[in-house]
Amino acid sequence: MTEIADTPSPDVPGGAAGTGLDIRSLGQLLYMGAIGFGALALLLWALAQWNEGGAGEAVDAVTGTITLSLFGEPPQLDSTRGTDAVSFNILGHTMEGLLRYDADNRLVGGVAERWQIDDAKATFWLRPDARWSNGEPITAHDFVFAWRKVLDPLNASEYAFILYGLKNAEAVNRGEMPLESVAVFALDDRTLEVHLERPVPYFDKLVAFATYNPINQAFYESREGRYAADADDLLFNGPFTIASWVHGASIRLEKNERYWDADRIRLNAIDYAYFTTDSNAIINLFKDGKTALAGLVAENLDDALQRRWRIKRFSDGAVFFMEFNHREDRLTRNYHLRKAIQVVNDSPELVYRVIKLPGNLPGASLFPVWLKGVDGYFRQEYPLADPPPDDDLGRRHLATAIDELDLDGPPTLVMLVGDSPTAKKQAEYYQNVYKQKLGIDIKIDAQIFKQRLAKMTAGDFDIVMAGWGPDYDDPMTFADLFASWNENNRGRYSNAELDEAVDIARSSSDPATRMDAMAKVQQILYDDAVIVVNYERGSVYVSHPRLKGVVRRAVGTDPDYTGAWID
Amino acid sequence: MFLYAVKRLIQGVVTVWFIATATFFAMHGVPGDPLMNDKAVLPEIRANLEARYGLDKPIHVQYWIYLKNMASGDFGISFTQQNREVNDIIREHFKVSATLGILAIVFAAFGGILWGALTALYRNRMPDIVIMFMVILGISVPGFVFAALGQLSVVEINDWLGFTLFPVAGWGTVQHMIVPSMVLGLGTMAFLTRLMRSSMLEIANSDFIRTARSKGLPVTRILRKHQLRNAILPVITVLGPSVAAITTGGFVVELVFAIPGLGRYFVQAVQQSDYTVIMGTTVFYGAFLVFMVIVVDVLYGFVDPRVRLE
Repeated sequence: MTEIADTPSPDVPGGAAGTGLDIRSLGQLLYMGAIGFGALALLLWALAQWNEGGAGEAVDAVTGTITLSLFGEPPQLDSTRGTDAVSFNILGHTMEGLLRYDADNRLVGGVAERWQIDDAKATFWLRPDARWSNGEPITAHDFVFAWRKVLDPLNASEYAFILYGLKNAEAVNRGEMPLESVAVFALDDRTLEVHLERPVPYFDKLVAFATYNPINQAFYESREGRYAADADDLLFNGPFTIASWVHGASIRLEKNERYWDADRIRLNAIDYAYFTTDSNAIINLFKDGKTALAGLVAENLDDALQRRWRIKRFSDGAVFFMEFNHREDRLTRNYHLRKAIQVVNDSPELVYRVIKLPGNLPGASLFPVWLKGVDGYFRQEYPLADPPPDDDLGRRHLATAIDELDLDGPPTLVMLVGDSPTAKKQAEYYQNVYKQKLGIDIKIDAQIFKQRLAKMTAGDFDIVMAGWGPDYDDPMTFADLFASWNENNRGRYSNAELDEAVDIARSSSDPATRMDAMAKVQQILYDDAVIVVNYERGSVYVSHPRLKGVVRRAVGTDPDYTGAWID
Repeated sequence: MFLYAVKRLIQGVVTVWFIATATFFAMHGVPGDPLMNDKAVLPEIRANLEARYGLDKPIHVQYWIYLKNMASGDFGISFTQQNREVNDIIREHFKVSATLGILAIVFAAFGGILWGALTALYRNRMPDIVIMFMVILGISVPGFVFAALGQLSVVEINDWLGFTLFPVAGWGTVQHMIVPSMVLGLGTMAFLTRLMRSSMLEIANSDFIRTARSKGLPVTRILRKHQLRNAILPVITVLGPSVAAITTGGFVVELVFAIPGLGRYFVQAVQQSDYTVIMGTTVFYGAFLVFMVIVVDVLYGFVDPRVRLE
């Protein structure tokens, strides 16, 4: 490109300046302006024809429609292969498994009207009036087909592990046995029988998960590999159907009149008209009355308070923690070094003075407070002693560690974190705390998502900021995370005692024995300083005052609009 | 002229090939891959996933397969949106980015030429000082600030009016397009204004303007026939790359205004290591940029008869 210096020679007066424009040329200018304006209007009109869209108000009581924003395009609506929150949310509104969670988070019948689960097998009796959106009845065969698909090694489902309670499932998934060996049988069209590999006391909770959804085999095969690629390439059996899907732009759900429990559904349509992750954009849409619900982040919380919006909060179920690298060649394999870092940690300070977002709870245990135990809440039945930070004890542990590891002084440790503002803020806080309290230097390694995962998997860290969200409503969804066989145990912690407790917890049919074993896992994680728990995540949000009955929850479809209505 | 265009096109193809190759190897060199996800999977499943996407083959084989597919115009299937072909993604979303880009460039070019000419005419007087102050703001303030401010202003205006004059976000109608395209074009408009101004002033001092003036031509005729026409040349030169820059650089505006454009896919694909989308969008945008530069060079010959294309 040409760079031209702004240096007129001084001997010539600045061009036409000073002379002004006469009346005739002004008329000409206006004329040209009018033509230009006309051309622009024509261009705008043409461009508008080329594109499509447009959305209504946040709530429209006349048509029974609510308008919302979504974080993005659902990446995979094939329930056998979906893994992400957006896809599961759409599936939660358009599909239904054997069981589902009601507005009070109790497990109730979905496609199944009755069920019976014992140590060796589970039986489900399907409703006669459960139908696909093309009118065909939902049969036990639809479940057999879908579950085999999930376990088919060629389908490479990332959530296949959630079906491993079925007899032979893991072997089939590893390609060691044929697909037909999966022990799920359609005794007749309306009776589904499952043989279990080992007792799975929480199997009822598992079948509420989207990976267990049924799929109509004839329809699936008729799409010739395009199943779930578009609205036309799906059959629905849930409260809503996808009426239109403009990729990357919008999804419109409409009430499914063929849903067996259609009387329960009071909204006529849910219009996901905006796909954006930008929290300010979402709040601006909310201010303008264009979206019925908006999540808040620290940056726009003050604004929301000033406007006197009713701010609601709930626990989204996830727990965040610092995970140590327990591999042979790492300093963090040393018990006293980990313990030093653990005992000086001050979670309340992190939550209330650093992150400062209401809803978050200071963390102590890997098992969050909302998990249920034998009769009540697990954490109330099995409290974990979590003494306040003790800097002197920390320094004593550190001195022992330095001695054992034969170091010259406090070590330098690499802390792997994500690239979100919150993650960076946290990492800097810890950098500061550990330098001050222990003299340990923390090197922050901030990486984008996939790169962080690659480094976690390769063990390229001393400490990693990690988190875990629940899949099903049982403490087991957290308990097996640090079992030595778990691929998600990125720090490669290995402890026979913990493995044994996990085995008891996942296969014993006696609730008290199970929960005792879970409590043992909780205690080992703390005593051995396997991880240092930072916080249990909460979310804050605002919603349209006329929108009622939205359910927010830690496990299952969230946010759940199936029971919502406009007041 | 024709030969020149053909020569430039061949050069363009080589450039695009180079872009594709560099991107391919850079992408595979970065840690992490598209198959990594929150939940770790069994090695057997991982192997099947790799086989599905051809990632199990040695990298030079992958490169060769990739080049062959690219030559036949097939960019494969997205890793993150597992049911969509990259070709579909480009087709469906580029038109949105293009719409936004065309409007932004029209806005920037009209504004830039108008303000630039005005500032030159009123050099060192009030209109010049005010406009040039705005121009400096326009050049130095980053686009995402304008995007956020633009959206906030829309909220305030709608709130004050009591009805929705301009939508806060979304896409589809003319109203949806106006604010984002103005925000997107602002930086380029400021840049073009400055360019137009200095170009105008330089021309004003050249011999042929002096001649025209001494012939006694009216000032408006000099302005229209001689000064503007010559001053506009450098502006056209940068317009080509600007079109590409604006259509590719709309990522922030697309995110803030929830516009389903290709810019978002371009950036998100890199974050998610979505190999096929990275390659598809990079090659597409690369080819687009190269093509726009060629078009501008050829157009130059028409606008300015002094330029000979050989």
